[in-house]
Amino acid sequence: MKKHALASAVVFLLLGAAAYGALFVAPTEKTMGTIQRIFYLHVSSAWTGLTAFFICFLANLVYVWRREPRWDWLAVSAAEVGLVFTTVVLVTGPIWAHPVWGIWWTWDARLTSTFVLWLLYISYLLLRTLVEEPDRRALFSALFGIFAFIDVPLVFGSIRWWRTQHPQPVVMGGSGSGLEPTMWYVLLFSWGAMLSLMALLVRARFEFEAVRGETDLVRREAEGV
Amino acid sequence: MSLFSNTAVLLGKELRTEFRSRELLTTTVVFILVVVVLFSFTFDASSAESRRFAASLLWLAFLFAASLMLQPCFLREQSNDTLSALRLSVTDPFAIFAAKLSANTLFLLLTELLMLPVFSVLFNVPVFPVFGELVVVLFLGSLGVSIAGTALSAISAQARMRELLLPLLLLPLLTPVLVASTRVTLALLDTEPYMEWKGIGFLVVFDVVFLTALWLFGEYLLEE
Amino acid sequence: MTPAAVSPVGIRFENIDKRYGGLYALRRVSLEITAGECVALAGRNGSGKTTLLRIAARLVRPSSGSITFLDRRNGAITAASRTGFVAHATMVYDELTAEENLLLFAQLLGIAEPAARAETLLAEVGLSDRRKSLVRTFSRGMRQRMAIARGLLNEPSVFLLDEPATGLDPYGVTWLAETLRGMRDAGSTIVMSLHGESEISALATRAVRLEAGSVIADTRTGASLPSILTFAGA
Repeated sequence: MKKHALASAVVFLLLGAAAYGALFVAPTEKTMGTIQRIFYLHVSSAWTGLTAFFICFLANLVYVWRREPRWDWLAVSAAEVGLVFTTVVLVTGPIWAHPVWGIWWTWDARLTSTFVLWLLYISYLLLRTLVEEPDRRALFSALFGIFAFIDVPLVFGSIRWWRTQHPQPVVMGGSGSGLEPTMWYVLLFSWGAMLSLMALLVRARFEFEAVRGETDLVRREAEGV
Repeated sequence: MSLFSNTAVLLGKELRTEFRSRELLTTTVVFILVVVVLFSFTFDASSAESRRFAASLLWLAFLFAASLMLQPCFLREQSNDTLSALRLSVTDPFAIFAAKLSANTLFLLLTELLMLPVFSVLFNVPVFPVFGELVVVLFLGSLGVSIAGTALSAISAQARMRELLLPLLLLPLLTPVLVASTRVTLALLDTEPYMEWKGIGFLVVFDVVFLTALWLFGEYLLEE
Repeated sequence: MTPAAVSPVGIRFENIDKRYGGLYALRRVSLEITAGECVALAGRNGSGKTTLLRIAARLVRPSSGSITFLDRRNGAITAASRTGFVAHATMVYDELTAEENLLLFAQLLGIAEPAARAETLLAEVGLSDRRKSLVRTFSRGMRQRMAIARGLLNEPSVFLLDEPATGLDPYGVTWLAETLRGMRDAGSTIVMSLHGESEISALATRAVRLEAGSVIADTRTGASLPSILTFAGA
């Protein structure tokens, strides 16, 4: 219990520090002004979401190999948390774009790819609701999760290639836009803070899933006999 | 008894079954036709602009048609549990997938080739000068769709809401195929046609990656 | 039918568990079937008979435990054993003819001269005159005979049957009993799940009763065959 409270406290401190860094420490960007600061939230969420999905992918692989339910619990926890961070990316994108470009959505390569990523993992969760038997559900979602993750680089790559043909307003500056060292530090620190939040959330979700999984097992056994 | 001979025998069965009834092919062709006509109501199909939309339309229609056509793939093996019979008879379970995805690619390609002249007429796009190149991109795209679709239909056949589930799982996964194929087709239907090799590259990579994944994990998809 | 003599194969199930979620279809089942035995598996629906047979057929992986095939001296056989499996479902394609079905599976199994084998089997099960008809047009009894023909394609040393008499008329049952007797006498190991006593159960040299995924009675340990087969006290 105490460990939990301590961990949460640390995470909130880190987040607070990151927010402070983003709002006050990082220099104001020349052309876009204060709204650009949402960049630190946007990019660190994107990287954290991908990290969570990578954890899901690893859990999927281990599950297919070992068939122990806890890897399935980890997979779904990581996927849901990843989805939360990805949603943040999709929301902060328009929030930034509107004041700067006057439009809510640009079909910019990264944002579009993120949208597809979001759809892929929503499908992953939906698949889970449509297969009732727990072992079958775990196996099928693990296999789909593996297919989905290996698709991610292809999605990002193909959409980026396609978008170079039709330049659109690029959210958060293109890949070439230089970042001052201070900005880099703030960004990396933000990512670190986000990762700690991710770990906390995945852990909490995992524990919830573990309890649910075990009571489900007991209930099914009781009903079966 | 080798993977190759098993695949060949099963492919023969898939083809024989389909050509006997032709139900899959005819319904798919008609479906694509309906989708294309409906799409064309939503914009000025006779304008010069329509050329740009033609490629997108083509591939969207094929994707939607495929996500329906792939439904029966494993479903039809359930009624008499012929899937178990296959699993008992083949040496390598991958033969089952190899045969089905080959058959599906062929069926998709056939419907697409049938649709090309219709398309050409409806949207005034010159298809025949670049026919060979179009066949290449149609083949690579259809292969990608079949590999992913065959794999996922093994999953959807055992889930609830399977008619909606297959498109739901398949379409986001096929984004790279849609993007690359459309791009290549656009280039081929341009007033000055050219071959977009990068797009072909993407398709080849997609096909190889997913075929490998299916080869590695296919047997788990068939587990009871 | 006089099948060629087969090299006898036994089956050893060791601590087999099969779980579906929290449900145990089979619970710590240990059973040793000697080469050449003809075993009747009895039990209510849901007792685990089908699961056990499907595990023996290698269609289902046990959650834990192991299954080994043994030669006459109870040494483990490493090469895949020639198993035949007949289930509730017919496991043949409705949209193909009887001939096409058997040819397909014979080719997949790698049988030498598949067409000849298919023809032989069709004659054995009495479906030669309907060989060019689609299985879709067959009666229930004819389909069951098709199913058995498919199961016999590779001259199995181990023949697994899940309620094989379902759908057969009295002539069909007699024919099946004859076929199984021939196989038993030639040395095949037979494991069949049954309900109650019949011409078929009379062939059994041993009977085992399953209840809720566990073995509760075995003629090998003294129970009587009739008591195992009937629903006494169900």
